[in-house]
Amino acid sequence: MSIVIGVIVLGAAGGALFELIADSRYATRQGDAREQPIPFSHMHHVGSMGIDCRYCHTSVDNSDWAVIPPTKTCMNCHSQIWVGSSTLEPVRESYRTNQSIKWTKVYDLPDYVYFNHSIHVKKGVGCETCHGRIDQQALTWQEPSLQMRWCLDCHRNPAPNLRPADKITTMGYVPSEPQEVLGARLMKENHVQKLDTCWTCHR
Amino acid sequence: MKISPIAASALAVLSFAALGCSRLDMQDQPKYRPQRPSQFFADGRSERQPVEGTIARGTLDEDTAFYQGKDAAGKDIEAFPIAVDKKVIERGQQRYDIYCAPCHGRIGNGLGMIVRRGFKQPPSYHIDRLRQAPVGHFYDVITNGYGAMLNYSAQVEPRDRWAIVAYIRALQYAENANINDLPQEARSRIPAAGTAPSKAQQSEPIAPNDTDFSNFPAVPATPSGVPGAAGAGAAPSNQPERK
Ligand code: HEC
Ligand code: HEC
Ligand code: HEC
Ligand code: HEC
Ligand code: HEC
Ligand code: HEC
Repeated sequence: MSIVIGVIVLGAAGGALFELIADSRYATRQGDAREQPIPFSHMHHVGSMGIDCRYCHTSVDNSDWAVIPPTKTCMNCHSQIWVGSSTLEPVRESYRTNQSIKWTKVYDLPDYVYFNHSIHVKKGVGCETCHGRIDQQALTWQEPSLQMRWCLDCHRNPAPNLRPADKITTMGYVPSEPQEVLGARLMKENHVQKLDTCWTCHR
Repeated sequence: MKISPIAASALAVLSFAALGCSRLDMQDQPKYRPQRPSQFFADGRSERQPVEGTIARGTLDEDTAFYQGKDAAGKDIEAFPIAVDKKVIERGQQRYDIYCAPCHGRIGNGLGMIVRRGFKQPPSYHIDRLRQAPVGHFYDVITNGYGAMLNYSAQVEPRDRWAIVAYIRALQYAENANINDLPQEARSRIPAAGTAPSKAQQSEPIAPNDTDFSNFPAVPATPSGVPGAAGAGAAPSNQPERK
């Protein structure tokens, strides 16, 4: 008898441990900078040179995907700049041989979740809100947990996270008026809905 | 066989905990999403190139003026193939700041941030030759590149290329504008030459110092002030708007 109770109690403890592990930054891989075939740095390209996200992630405002830029995009500059750099040899080789660079994916939702960039960008959610200060990351890491709870927290109350259309790609954004006022106005102007039905994201 | 209570409970804890670590089948389904690699195709990509000569619906580029910036004789066109209004110029400004300003600078003087890091310096848009150049030439440079500058056809779609050209025309116009070109109420807002740029202007992210605001108008040039934008040839286009 005592063994049965013991197993139940410990089973519950296991369940709690499961929760702890699933929520841990270890399981969600938050803050874990990924090794990449080329040490591409957003800190250099965005932070110090001020290149807009959309120069490289061209389709972010009109499709589901932001996409990783093709090698040609790098060559726009690196055909002239740092042409002797051995760090950049894989880029030049990819351009010569037409073989893709194999970037390691950082943000990866499960396949049963539907996500769409353009709707977020159009309704006023900035890159920074979901991806953090990319301009301060030498190697890219995942900033939020990407758990369902994280999506829902915003979907149920988007107003605190909205910004004007011309500030979408700004890093280190500070609202120029109180966020309560701005958020409420943008909710109206952009006709922002509160989408928390299951089929918004599972379809 | 007898399992000790301690081993049994340890097993129970671990088996529940293990659930937290496993990636289940639904997580990684056997399907392709954009840019996902493929073991099936020799080049390792899941995306396929269209067969050469393929024309997607709605992209038959018969309209050489719109798609190539050339007239029937193959010469650069002088007038915009789209109607240019304030909205187009604002779109052009946004796209210009993303794709061109890193090298050409926000005001088109050719002193963008990448140039300061060693890229070949492009000519200023405000030199006489480029002020006289037909709009078709600018479109052609974006589409096919020019010397050290590679093309931007994959990054900027045709309608946006025209918007950028319209904005470059506005920049050229603004650079040479006279105070009398401005509406009365805007004149008083022009900072006197030599005045320091405002805080907002200083905090612009791209090339903060390449901008000489002293001869830059405080209000955007009016569409009617853009050479080639008004009058004959600026017929409204029936090209599809981007969704
Ligand atoms: C010069 C080109 C360039 C610019 C500009 C740029 N990126 Fe990137 N971005 C890349 C490349 C290349 C990768 C893949 C390597 C990596 O993950 O670091 C990437 C990866 C990312 C990823 C991770 C993608 C994944 O693997 O899941 C995010 C998120 C991202 N970028 C956001 C941004 C944001 C936000 C901005 C603007 C503030 C921006 N990027 C500007 C080139 C660029
Ligand atoms: C708009 C121009 C531009 C584009 C596009 C661009 N870069 Fe760069 N990149 C630069 C400049 C300028 C530097 C030099 C940085 C400095 O001076 O601090 C640089 C530096 C680098 C370095 C460091 C080189 C070294 O030897 O330390 C790497 C790696 C790099 N870039 C990778 C990439 C990749 C990969 C892409 C394509 C996704 C890319 N860059 C696209 C302008 C660009
Ligand atoms: C509402 C949150 C959100 C916003 C806003 C957002 N992203 Fe993302 N981004 C994501 C998520 C979630 C993923 C992972 C998608 C997946 O795996 O299906 C992702 C993936 C990416 C990737 C990897 C490639 C891809 O398309 O999956 C890049 C690059 C990226 N984002 C760039 C950007 C840029 C640039 C912006 C701003 C213009 C931006 N994101 C705005 C949540 C966001
Ligand atoms: C910071 C706020 C925020 C976060 C975080 C966020 N969203 Fe959204 N999402 C929005 C807003 C705002 C809309 C637009 C609602 C509307 O249509 O008015 C939206 C819309 C959507 C849509 C509707 C697209 C369509 O075509 O109907 C999907 C799908 C979606 N989000 C998925 C996600 C997923 C999945 C996540 C988590 C990985 C997520 N979102 C995280 C704010 C957010
Ligand atoms: C705003 C987007 C969004 C909405 C709305 C949403 N989900 Fe999810 N859901 C997600 C994301 C993202 C994940 C993946 C979480 C992860 O990887 O940890 C997920 C995961 C799940 C899972 C798998 C959980 C697990 O731990 O494996 C289930 C079951 C689920 N959702 C059910 C639902 C149900 C039922 C609803 C409606 C009440 C719903 N979802 C509404 C985004 C959403
Ligand atoms: C990576 C830097 C870079 C970027 C980004 C760039 N250009 Fe250039 N551009 C140059 C350079 C360098 C030249 C001079 C080329 C030469 O003479 O070899 C040039 C030349 C030009 C010229 C002059 C051609 C002539 O007749 O002399 C025009 C017009 C032009 N660019 C337009 C654009 C437009 C429009 C964009 C944005 C879509 C753009 N450029 C983006 C570097 C760049």
